[in-house]
Amino acid sequence: MSGALLSVQDLVVHFHQDEGILRALEGVSFEVHRGRTLGLVGESGCGKSVTARSILRIVDRPGRIVSGRINLDGRRGEPPIDLTALPANSRRMRAIRGGRIGLVFQEPMTSLSVNYTVGNQIAEVVREHQGLSRAAAHARAIELLRDVGIPRPERRVDEYPFQLSGGLRQRVMIAVALAGDPDILIADEPTTALDVTTQAQILNLMRRLQREKNLALILITHDMGVIAEMADEVAVMYLGRIVERGPVDQIFHAPRHPYTRLLLRSIPSVLAEPRTPLATISGSVPHPYQRPSGCPFHPRCPDHIPATCEAAMPAETATADGGCVRCYAAEHT
Amino acid sequence: MTLLEVKDLRKYYAIRRGLLQRRVGEVRAVDGVSFQIARGETLSLVGESGCGKTTVSRCIMRALDATSGEIRFAPGDAPPVDLVTLPRSRLRSVRRHMQMIFQDPHASLNPRMTVGDIIAEPLLVNNVGTAADRRDRVLQLLELVKLPRAAYSRFPHAFSGGQRQRVGIARALALDPKLIVADEPVSALDVSVQAQIVNLLLELQDRLGLSYLFVAHDLSVVKHMSDRVAVMYVGRIVEVAPTRRLFSKPRHPYTEALLSAVPKPDPRLRSERIVLQGEVADPADPPPGCAFHPRCPYAVDRCRVEVPELIETGDGHMARCHRVQELTLSGVG
Repeated sequence: MSGALLSVQDLVVHFHQDEGILRALEGVSFEVHRGRTLGLVGESGCGKSVTARSILRIVDRPGRIVSGRINLDGRRGEPPIDLTALPANSRRMRAIRGGRIGLVFQEPMTSLSVNYTVGNQIAEVVREHQGLSRAAAHARAIELLRDVGIPRPERRVDEYPFQLSGGLRQRVMIAVALAGDPDILIADEPTTALDVTTQAQILNLMRRLQREKNLALILITHDMGVIAEMADEVAVMYLGRIVERGPVDQIFHAPRHPYTRLLLRSIPSVLAEPRTPLATISGSVPHPYQRPSGCPFHPRCPDHIPATCEAAMPAETATADGGCVRCYAAEHT
Repeated sequence: MTLLEVKDLRKYYAIRRGLLQRRVGEVRAVDGVSFQIARGETLSLVGESGCGKTTVSRCIMRALDATSGEIRFAPGDAPPVDLVTLPRSRLRSVRRHMQMIFQDPHASLNPRMTVGDIIAEPLLVNNVGTAADRRDRVLQLLELVKLPRAAYSRFPHAFSGGQRQRVGIARALALDPKLIVADEPVSALDVSVQAQIVNLLLELQDRLGLSYLFVAHDLSVVKHMSDRVAVMYVGRIVEVAPTRRLFSKPRHPYTEALLSAVPKPDPRLRSERIVLQGEVADPADPPPGCAFHPRCPYAVDRCRVEVPELIETGDGHMARCHRVQELTLSGVG
């Protein structure tokens, strides 16, 4: 599809450690569009968070982008920028981080500073990215707090994060992420630490803000329920690769990759019969140092084709609905 | 036959202020909770953080001393003992019949002990058998939780999260208990591993006739695990019913809202959810009347002044709501 706001192409990220090379991402590609939500889903170690951190160029040491491109569409007709070519601490990258791309983490308590008021933390971002005066930035902070549904923002603006509940802190985190007026919002497990009724409030809030601001949203989660509620397009990751990508309805109702199919069958659902066993995937996700050869899912795969699947990684095959799948078995069906 | 009967359990914490630490109020963490668990049955306690579900489980394990109430436990043919008043000296002989499974399999296993020693520890502490007997029992337990015999002499760090949770389960089963208190036993696990542990717990229950008190916030897992479900809000049970009834025909507005808020793993079921306004009430300063009334879409004047009783509506279904007879609420599945 053309007109992508952000296009990630064949991204490879490695962590060089004493024990060896940890291949966190092994060629990840996807696009993000205005007003649309891409859901990145997978189990621990699949690389979904490293993907987000790579886009923002905040991968922890000793992680390093080995190859690939991250093209961000230029504003006002400017040419696209390849974020992998920018030094992580350059002025341009800092302007993009927070300015063009906002980030919401799982745990607001660790990502908000305990030493500054909520208002100061929002105003700081506003001033850095929009060059407003101190007074104007303070006023804008109150406006943003109101935007994210915080009651009595004129009072809350002078409070510290520890004075707020988990749900309110996550709203503040979203206000900080929006303070630079970004086009893209990356939300990494934004509701995982929240209770279910608070989760519903935050998901509704993100939907409303996306609509109002025509944001592109990258939603990273392990929760298939959240993906089903929120995403337009879904990318399923396993050990550093997208194994299947497609429209949300196709992923849930006609999954092509055996991993997607099994993952969907193994999730507990409120719609299920009580006291019924769940379908399981044999074994567990291998340690990234012990990545199986070929398709890394083959030791757990029920459709495993001997001698084929362990020989080489299957290529990305395009599907009719604009998605793709990486599986030898899926090609035959 | 009733294994555990909790009657009007209360756990209050004093709030003290000032130089003299004068008592200025109290937090009613658990405020009159009653339920029963039959032999071979699973009762789930669900609710959001701070509702008191974990405090109830800790009072049952005597990790906390209850303020008042009764916890009558009848593991054998003898008449039940009251765990609230039982002298500590007699606790050990009773407690071997009730064991706990924890949320975090990383934190709850001693990293310096082998898996064999970890599982054998409760046997050793209770002077069960000779060293050879204990070794046989541990090997039998490993088989029961589907771990290889080779696990015996290895250390916890060599195992994945799911395998470590199996070690925790084997340790809990070592003394052949009647009751297992499981506090969020699968919430720290990946989806595919979570399914394996849910199935294992169901299977062990059938084989060994165990009773479970399952403390959880995830209603999807609860639906798969439970015979009956009790929903807690601000220290009280607001609804209790057989699982299918509670999910399909909830009688308390809070349960309805909880069920509505759970993300359903099917994009075709996206619909208008009931999104509760505001936040869970502060147990140190609960609202008058029904604690849920400030957030309840059905609240009337009476709810603001009078605390509702748990009202039986038939077939073991009880709800703490003044309007229980007139409201028709929607469930799921």
